[in-house]
Amino acid sequence: MSTYTSLTDADRQAMLEAIGVNEFDDLLTAIPDSLRMDRPLDLPPGMPEQEVEAHLRALAGRNTSTDDEICFLGAGMYDHYVPALIDSILARSEFLTPYTPYQPEISQGGLQLMFEYQTAISELTGLPVSNASLYEGPSALASAGYLAKLANGRPELVVSAGVHPHSRATLETMAVGYGTSVVEVALAGAATDAEALAEAIGPQTSAVFVQQPNFLGAVEDLDAVVAAARSHRALVVCACDALTLGVLRAPGDHGVDIAVGEGQQLGNRLDFGGPSFGFFAATEEHIRRMPGRIAGETTDVDGRRGWVLTLQTREQHIRRERATHNICTAQVLNALAGVIYLSWLGRRGIVELGELMLRRTDYARERLTALPGVRALHEQPVVREFAIELNAPVAEVIERCAAEGINAGYALGHDYPQHPDGLLVAITERRSRADIDRLVDVLGRAVAALRGEPAAAGAAR
Amino acid sequence: MTAPAQTAQQRERATTIFEKSVPGRRAFVAPELDVPEKPVGDLLPASARRAEPPRLPEVAEPEIVRHYNRMSKRNFDLDTGFYPLGSCTMKHNPKLHERLAAMPGNARLHPAQAPARSQGALELMYNLERALSEVSGLPHVSLQPSAGSHGELAGVLLARAYHDDRGDTARTKVLTPDTAHGTNPATVTMAGYEVVKVETSADGGVDIDDLRGKADESVAALMLTNPNTLGLFDRNIDEITRIVDACGAISYYDGANLNAIMGITRPGDMGFDVVHFNLHKSFTQPHGGGGPGAGPIAVSDRLEPFLPVPVIARHEAGDGGPTFDLDEDRPKSIGRLRGFQGNYGVFVRSYAYICSLGAEGLREASEVAVLNANYLMARLRETAGQHLPVAFDRACGHEFVLSGAPMKRELGVRTLDLAKRMLDYGYHPPTVYFPLLVDEALLIEPTETETRETLDGFAEAIGEILREAAHDPDALLNAPYTTPVRRLDEAAAARSPVVRQPLSG
Repeated sequence: MSTYTSLTDADRQAMLEAIGVNEFDDLLTAIPDSLRMDRPLDLPPGMPEQEVEAHLRALAGRNTSTDDEICFLGAGMYDHYVPALIDSILARSEFLTPYTPYQPEISQGGLQLMFEYQTAISELTGLPVSNASLYEGPSALASAGYLAKLANGRPELVVSAGVHPHSRATLETMAVGYGTSVVEVALAGAATDAEALAEAIGPQTSAVFVQQPNFLGAVEDLDAVVAAARSHRALVVCACDALTLGVLRAPGDHGVDIAVGEGQQLGNRLDFGGPSFGFFAATEEHIRRMPGRIAGETTDVDGRRGWVLTLQTREQHIRRERATHNICTAQVLNALAGVIYLSWLGRRGIVELGELMLRRTDYARERLTALPGVRALHEQPVVREFAIELNAPVAEVIERCAAEGINAGYALGHDYPQHPDGLLVAITERRSRADIDRLVDVLGRAVAALRGEPAAAGAAR
Repeated sequence: MTAPAQTAQQRERATTIFEKSVPGRRAFVAPELDVPEKPVGDLLPASARRAEPPRLPEVAEPEIVRHYNRMSKRNFDLDTGFYPLGSCTMKHNPKLHERLAAMPGNARLHPAQAPARSQGALELMYNLERALSEVSGLPHVSLQPSAGSHGELAGVLLARAYHDDRGDTARTKVLTPDTAHGTNPATVTMAGYEVVKVETSADGGVDIDDLRGKADESVAALMLTNPNTLGLFDRNIDEITRIVDACGAISYYDGANLNAIMGITRPGDMGFDVVHFNLHKSFTQPHGGGGPGAGPIAVSDRLEPFLPVPVIARHEAGDGGPTFDLDEDRPKSIGRLRGFQGNYGVFVRSYAYICSLGAEGLREASEVAVLNANYLMARLRETAGQHLPVAFDRACGHEFVLSGAPMKRELGVRTLDLAKRMLDYGYHPPTVYFPLLVDEALLIEPTETETRETLDGFAEAIGEILREAAHDPDALLNAPYTTPVRRLDEAAAARSPVVRQPLSG
């Protein structure tokens, strides 16, 4: 079958002779006999390439992709258009197949792209220092908790319930390891409860975590969060949606210390959740505590401009148990998609895209909340995602919509039990007014049917 | 040796995409505004609005494409040349896999899609879990960790959860051999434990007496790579895991070197409780210039209750065959390690690889990896043995270590200089200065996908470089000459870091 090896029997014989052994097993003498497998692995036999393709095509065919339905699912990953030039550039073996740039003289392409990526993330977030990316969004947020511990050693992290549930859960998992407790602050309506937040923050607080816009789509009052944290010299970590930063004020301009976030929406495919990348940017004072790879500019012996991995004394391969994080590499290929995407969007495009999402989201919110049996879960400003509450069982509404080719959104009840029939609806530039009107029609009929009423005239406008 | 004339690439000053920006140029055209054009000020409070757009590049598509294509040519890559970077398993990345990962049913599948409408993806993940379980000899698998380092953290947190669950909360240490990858000790610290180093014996394995002296009831776990980073399978592996078990600790197997043992021996059978896989090493996910990868873990029964959520559940349905679901309701779980289900795009590629190779193919991959490594070690002994002796002279696994100490002493060139000269010969150098306990180390891993001719060519080239060094050490000390840039000033970069492009306007 496809083994991807080239040795012939003659090769093997000649190689064993050159090594000076009679048979292959002579190379395995360090492995005790009792530990050697005396049977083949219990796996199906190998298949020719065409059969592997057919098998995986059949599996993929059993998934409903965003090509197969009109998708209003978001909740942290979004169905944005990925321009073709990203596919073309990422397919280049020079980007796809090398490993991390340990030999900078033959890795300038990779190092320069990290530097460009760091520049783009720094611009978006309004913070001067970005690393070359982390695994993905929630683990990037949890990594900020570790940086905070290294920075001030305080024992407690305060996190808003508006932060993505997966991020909060990841933070809690990792905080158990580094020995910091996590205190959650509830929402008042859909935004972080300012009073409760101020009460939760004290001299023991290492960092405060918020998300902008938060998981329910609400735009938070970041200035208030920063002020509350400052009064006790706690760090502020803001998880942000990079694609909203053409219209939303940069976290750095609000005085946030660390901005993190999920990079999927920047030119990466959905891929059922990964691989993507997590971005991580901070103020200058944290540069030597940053996790992960950082590329820096320098010159070669002849004075040519070039780039290297820098500040490596933070990293595990140099500092070992005193490293600022255990991460080994980054998500370079995904970060490349990110920086190409941001170049493609450009300085004006990111604003235009943001404003388009803003207006279509507003339109969708107005139309949906005008339906009988549907109301806004909150009145906070929103950019690209909003929450509604249904007067009907949300799971059944979603099922009915799916039967008509609409993925209506993300059911909130699991993560926010106080909203058992809450629905989170996401809008991207791929969702046109016609798509939104169709959602309004289908969802309106589903809610009406489940409430036992005919669809209101408004729903079929 | 005088430096040759500058190449075209060397003559060109590298410019960033930001420096190519010209106001007014653009690639993106927004979809038509098909809803009412409300003023943005009506939709967002002024305090939350951005005043000035971020200074992203303004470039048209042709220039973006040319910029990144030109940049790509300043990278060395595996599809073009031999890449014997020890510990990284730079094996061929089958081309089929990119096609499969890009199928809309995979690439355009939303991670929050209902399980009923993502059955193909869940079945693929389930099948991959079962295959990894079989390869490791451990019954339960979580695909969630995103990289080897992430899998390590998961493993140590599992050990902590296991001990805590038994009320055994006094354990404060994790043992790691001095040959360990840096991620091991870094992980231990992040998981809140103290690192205790175990010495290496004269034959390159764990020093059993040292281990015995350190394995007590204050130890939560041992983290071990086997074959270790010297490329050597530990002859005493049985005894090692017995000693660890006797003190009540967990044995963690760092799967970085799994490519040496697939179908030959299994970590579970060696007595380990938890193992991580690097799907970007043994299972062909392209390295991407430093990510993405994936670092699934397999665990024993006693660690299963603590696995991260969600886990994939398989239900036997009546007539329609099995169905698959995501189970988050696991009270003893350590919790989440990341968002959603993991790096699914990586799972697609690794699953395809396992389907292609099957049981026999996986064993063959490891056998040829070991054979290629031992052959290259033998050839280098001939062509370079005088100056670059093998550090531990016995049969190796899939990689081996040479020491450049005699070369440095006798020829006045360091391992670093040798590595830089290899660049002019068109080779990616091996891993250098690791493992730490070998002076002037070169860690060489050829992998199974290289031909005998390639290995011969590399051995000859090293011999030639050493002959060059013998009569003109400067040829190495000033290398490389032909790369897009020559030796770079790393000290200056770290002293006053420039980590982003300064922009005006």
